[in-house]
Formats: sequence, C-alpha cells, structure tokens
Amino acid sequence: MFLSHIYLIPLFPALGAALMFFFGRKLRKPTVSAVCVGSVVLAFLMSCGAVLEYTTWAAEHHHQPYEKILYTWLGTDTGHLNYLKSDGTEAPLQADAGFLLDPLSSIWLLFVTGVGMLIHIYSTGYMAHEGGYYRFFGYLNLFMFSMLTLILANNYVLMFVGWEGVGLCSYLLIGFYFHRKSASDAANKAFIVNRIGDAGFLLGIFFIAWYMGSLRFIDVTHAARSGQFAIGDPIITAATLLLFVGACGKSAQLPLYVWLPDAMEGPTPVSALIHAATMVTAGVYMVARSNALFVLAPKSMLVVAIVGALTAVFAASIGLVQNDIKRVLAYSTVSQLGYMFLALGVGAFSAAVFHVFTHAFFKALLFLGAGSVIHAMSGEQDMRNMGDLHKRIPTTHATMFIATLAIAGIFPFAGFFSKDAILWETWSREGGAYRILWCVGYATALMTAFYMFRLMYLTFHGRPRMSHDVEHHIHESPMAMTLPLVVLAVMSLFAGFLGWPHSLGGSDHFTKFLEPVFAGEAQTLSEEGRAAQLASGEKEEEKNTGTEWLLMGLSLAAAGIGWGMAWRSYRHADKGYAEPIANLSAPVYTTLLNKYYVDEGYDYVFTGRRQVGDVRLGVLGAGEASSWFDTHIIDGAVNAAGSITRGTATFSSWWDKWIIDGIGVNGPAILARMLSYPARLFEWGLVQWYALVMTAGLVGFAFYYVYH
Amino acid sequence: MLHITTLHYLVLGAALFLLGVIGVLTRRNVVIVLMSIELILNAVNLNLVAFSRYWQGIHGPTALHGQVFAIFVITDAAAEAAVGLGILIAFFRNKETVNVDEVNLLKW
Repeated sequence: MFLSHIYLIPLFPALGAALMFFFGRKLRKPTVSAVCVGSVVLAFLMSCGAVLEYTTWAAEHHHQPYEKILYTWLGTDTGHLNYLKSDGTEAPLQADAGFLLDPLSSIWLLFVTGVGMLIHIYSTGYMAHEGGYYRFFGYLNLFMFSMLTLILANNYVLMFVGWEGVGLCSYLLIGFYFHRKSASDAANKAFIVNRIGDAGFLLGIFFIAWYMGSLRFIDVTHAARSGQFAIGDPIITAATLLLFVGACGKSAQLPLYVWLPDAMEGPTPVSALIHAATMVTAGVYMVARSNALFVLAPKSMLVVAIVGALTAVFAASIGLVQNDIKRVLAYSTVSQLGYMFLALGVGAFSAAVFHVFTHAFFKALLFLGAGSVIHAMSGEQDMRNMGDLHKRIPTTHATMFIATLAIAGIFPFAGFFSKDAILWETWSREGGAYRILWCVGYATALMTAFYMFRLMYLTFHGRPRMSHDVEHHIHESPMAMTLPLVVLAVMSLFAGFLGWPHSLGGSDHFTKFLEPVFAGEAQTLSEEGRAAQLASGEKEEEKNTGTEWLLMGLSLAAAGIGWGMAWRSYRHADKGYAEPIANLSAPVYTTLLNKYYVDEGYDYVFTGRRQVGDVRLGVLGAGEASSWFDTHIIDGAVNAAGSITRGTATFSSWWDKWIIDGIGVNGPAILARMLSYPARLFEWGLVQWYALVMTAGLVGFAFYYVYH
Repeated sequence: MLHITTLHYLVLGAALFLLGVIGVLTRRNVVIVLMSIELILNAVNLNLVAFSRYWQGIHGPTALHGQVFAIFVITDAAAEAAVGLGILIAFFRNKETVNVDEVNLLKW
C-alpha cells in the first residue's frame, strides 16, 4: 500500500510548497507551521511505511529494487524517439517519472525525511520572530520535494531534475535575507559554482546514455555488471569522472567547495538541513548509485579517493582557526564529505553511506545547536565573544557535547563506527597509495577532534566574553528547538550501533542491508585483485581483526589527543586568548585564517573581480577576451543590424505616413467628407429640426394628395 | 342656438393639433415640448371621440370603438410622459440644461 503509492512521499511537500506560494501571504503563522511541518511528517510516516513494506517485499523478490513507473515524461514509451548509440545501434530516448526503492534509497529516504521533519519543527521556533515566515517554509517544503525526487528517481534525468531543484532551493534559502548583500552574493556563488558541477553531471549523463543505451539505474547497473565492458574502459572512466565533477559541485569537494562556507549566510536551520545533513550528500548518493560504473573505472575511483582525502584534510585544517561558529561547522562538513568520498574511492560504498547516515544526525545536531547558541546570544556568531554558556543553556550544551563526541569518533558514539569503517577500509586496500590516504584520513581525524573541542570550549566554557547587554539576554531556546536537539542527540548516540563491526562482536546490519545494492562491486573488486581481504581465507581474517583493533585504538588516541590539545589551550579562554597555532607559526595561522587565499585566487584567475596589474583575467583571460569579442564583434554586428533596421524603418515609416495613409487611406476619406457636406445639412442633430422636416414632409404629402 | 356638429369638433381638434405642432417645433424647453406633445395627442382624442359620437348616431349607442381607443391613447400618453420625463432627468444630469437646442448628438 505504501510501496505502490510511493509517489505520494515527494508529493506531500510539493503540495505544501504550492500552498505557501499561492496563499502563504494570507495564512497566519500557526497555519503555515501546521501545513509545512505536517506535510513533512506525512512524508516521513509514508517513508517509514514504504521502507518497512519494502523489506518484506524484497525478502520475497530476491532483494530486487522496487521500481514504480508512473509514465514516461521525456521521450516516448513506444520507442519512436530514438538516438544513435556508440556502437551504431539505436536506443529509445526515454526517461520516466519513475520511482526506485532499494536499500540505498531507503536509507536516504529515512534520514532525509526524519532529519528534515526535526529541522522543520526546530524552524518553527527559530524563525518565529522573522519576517517571510511562509516564504521560508515554502522554500523548505520545495527543498524536501526536490530532495525526495532526487532520492527516489529511477533514472539519471529525473535525478538531475531533483538535483537542480535542490540547487535552486539552496540558492533561494542562502539568499533568504536577500536585503543583505553578503547573503545574495553567497547565494549567487553557490548557484554558479554548482552550475560548473552540474555541467559535468549532465555531460556524464550524456555519456552514459550514449554508451549504455539507457538512463534507468537498473538497466545501467545491469549492463555494467554484465561483463560486456572491460575494467578501465576509457569511455566509462570519462563518464564517471564527469559524474564526479557533478558530485564535487554539489558535495563541496576540492576545487568546487568554495560555496559551502559562504552558504552559512542562510538561516541556521537551512545550514543544518541543506548544507550539512541532506543536500550536500547528494553527490555521495549519486556516486554510490553509480557504483557499478565506478568499479569499472579504477582510475576514477583513485581520483575520487584522492580528492576526498585532500578535501578532508584541507577543510579540516581551515576549520582549526575559524572564529565564526557556523564556519567551523561548514568546514567540518566539507571535511566529513571528503571522508565519504575517500570511502567511495576505495570501494567501501557501504562505509560511505554509513558515514552519510551518522553524519546527518550529528552534523544536523551541531548546526541546530549552533543555531540555539546564536539564538541565545542575540545573533552573535563569533566564538571570540562567547564563553561560559554551559550553565545558561544546559540542554544545548549537553546535546552539542554528544554530537562533538560523535564527530570526534569517541567510542561508542555514531561517528566512531562510521569513521573507523572508512579508515579501516582505506587501510585494507592494498597498495602504497592507500596507506598514504589512510595517513591523511588519520590526520584529519585528529584535526576534527581538535577543532570540535575548540568550538565547545570557546562557546560553552572559559570566561564569558560577551557584552553585558548580550549576557543579560541569554536564555535557553523554546521547546520546539530543544526537542529536535534531544532526538538528534539520541540518534547520534545510537545510530552507530546499526553498523557495529564484526571485529567487535557485532553483526554490521548496515552493510548487510546494503549488500543487494553493492553486491556486484565486491565481485569486481576481487577480480581486480585489489581487495585481497574479500577473497582471502579465515587465517587472514583473524590477522586482520588484530590490525583493525590496533587502528581503532589509534583513531581513539587521535580523538583523545585532539580533545586534550583543545582542553589545554581553550579551557580557560578569556578575552584576548591566544591561539596555539598562531603562537607556533604566525604565517601558517594567517594562511589558515584566510582559507589558503583560495577565494582570492579564484577572484584573480576566474571571476576577474580582482585585477592582476591592469588586466582583469577572469577565467584565465577568457573573460576579458570574450568581453572584447562581445563589445566589438557581437555588439558591432548587433549595432549594424540595428542601423540597417532603423534606416529601413525610417523609410517605411515615411512611406506609410504619406503614401499609404495619405493617399491610400485618408484620400478617399477626405473626398467622402467633402461630398457629404450637403447631406449633413439634414442631420445636424437638433431634435426640433427633425420634427420640422417631418412636419414639412407630412404637409407636403397632404397637399399632394389633396390637390393632385 | 347653434347646433354643435362633428365639423366643429374637427375644427377645434385641428386647431389644437396645430398649436401642439407649433409648440413642439418652436419651444426650447423640453418640458414645454412634452406638454405640446400632450396637446397633439389630445387633439387626436378629440377627433376620435367626435367620430365615435357620429357613429353612435348611425349604428346606435353600442358603437363605442372611438371612445375606447381614446382611452388607450390617454394610457399611452401617460406612459410616454413617464418615459419622456425619465429621459429629461437623465438629460439634465448629463448636460445641466433642459433646452433641446443645446443637445445635438442625435446625428451620426
């Protein structure tokens, strides 16, 4: 029942959004909240029902994905619209309005609707005193609709529709305070940078359609696993790399990560929902969805892994010194997304999905907690002006502390399991390159613990550094905000247990649940001979367990060291406290504080907002050149065409005015007017004249008949 | 003592009719014009009644068609007066005058 009506899941938020756009202005705030929160609650309940129903359905159907196709919306289902495939045969161009439910989309469905619902509830408290309440909730519902379309799509084109939809909503919500220039700039930046990625994604889709002959995930996966394509196939490598460019844009990986930190201009619930928990994981989803293609392209996988690891350490290092509480979390998000791509790149798809899942909870919790802190601090976001809040807002402190333990990877919080799964999988891929990536990931884990505990100590401990005015107003947030915090804290604690690894005596339900989606991948990887542990026997398994324990101990140690360093440096932070990194090396500190000057570099090289000497480079000079081409050639042609048009028009106008109108139209009219003067004498409008004429006529007739 | 014949009535009717026509053609005030139209109608009524009386002399007292017809004309005159006054009021609202020669829109 739920499964066959799966299309209702995105429909509920769509209806909510439509209602807000058409009637929102007239509705009162409680109505708006009821409609928009209600639609997401319905979607969540539907999702739970659908996933439950799917698990029983799948047990009877060999763990196939469930596909529900409503109709064909692009192309025709009769096959009349064909295109030429790479091998010279024809394939029908066809994209359905179809929905696909399998373990992978189930997981996304559950946490997107679940976390989305909590954030909607939180927003009713957070946005209570803001203008544009209905607009905000309309956008949020539209976002939920797009995200659910992205997740449930059964083909690349419909997924792209959702992909663009979430991009649009991200743009709208980052620019929610559009009267602030920084916010509208950030919105534009996010949109434009995402566009670069989208171009890659779109080209990737074209490649897939051209090479595989279908856009449906099931068909593509089936074709990729059928063995008709060789491992390392250059076209598939190109296609997967292009898909990964798309993922880089949406999921904020190097070098397209720059929009995400700026996206913090949006309201905090938006940062939590879109820029931490759900939308930014769309790239991971897309790569995981295309896993069958990626395993055929080891080079792409290596690129994914390297980019992921570099992003992880790069963003984490920037996060070490940022002072804005939301920016720290933003860089942390970029860094954690890097982890996920590292996992995807080493072929540990289920570990990546697991990290997405746990990350959704603790990162949403951190952002919502930060929102609660900002709420308490009357809008202050700079951690230098905070301190000693733990007694004043105890619920926020307690829940954020749990989230910090989770992200730092302390046993047994959720982050420990997912992060260790990633590090372990990286380590166990054979080959020197992967060991280096492991080291990078390990360093990131240490940095993560440091910057997160730095955030906690600066915000909640040390000496109070805010002004008296602000201090006076500090208050715990309302129930609508603290309740989601508590629920997310519970999830941050327990979500990891779903993937309790075998080495610790668990049974790793999470990986088992995802097995049907990634089953073919293990096969291919072991054929490749690069995942020896999958093919090896018992003996090696035992040896590995020891190594796994050692690695777990090491990462716990890293988390402990990071925590300890933060504790030492910031525990007593008072006004004008010293940054340890600045003490160590001032240039390094400045570089990190300025985010490696990447934005400035992009301004010089790509956007042309900063000049090099007298020249605005802009996309490596292409901007300047195309500007010249535009003003001289294009505009010249335009102007020439304009002049010719104007000359012709002048003549045409003269001709029309004097010849056509003058002789042709007005001439007969003037003639008629002159001829009509005598006739007008009888008709000059006076009633009594008419009466006189009538009387004269009557008298005339009378005389005629009498004397005739 | 002069006997009053039908011809007398007809002469009186013709005189009234002529007065009415002159009134309609020459007076500028719409109210007077309407009153003159009443005069014309009453001249007609006079004719009708006179002929009715003439017919009674020939066909007996039941020949009342002319008199009935005169009653119809009176009814019609009342209706016409109502409509005419209505037009007059609409006319005054638009033009702030009751003079017919100041309205000359009744042409093309």
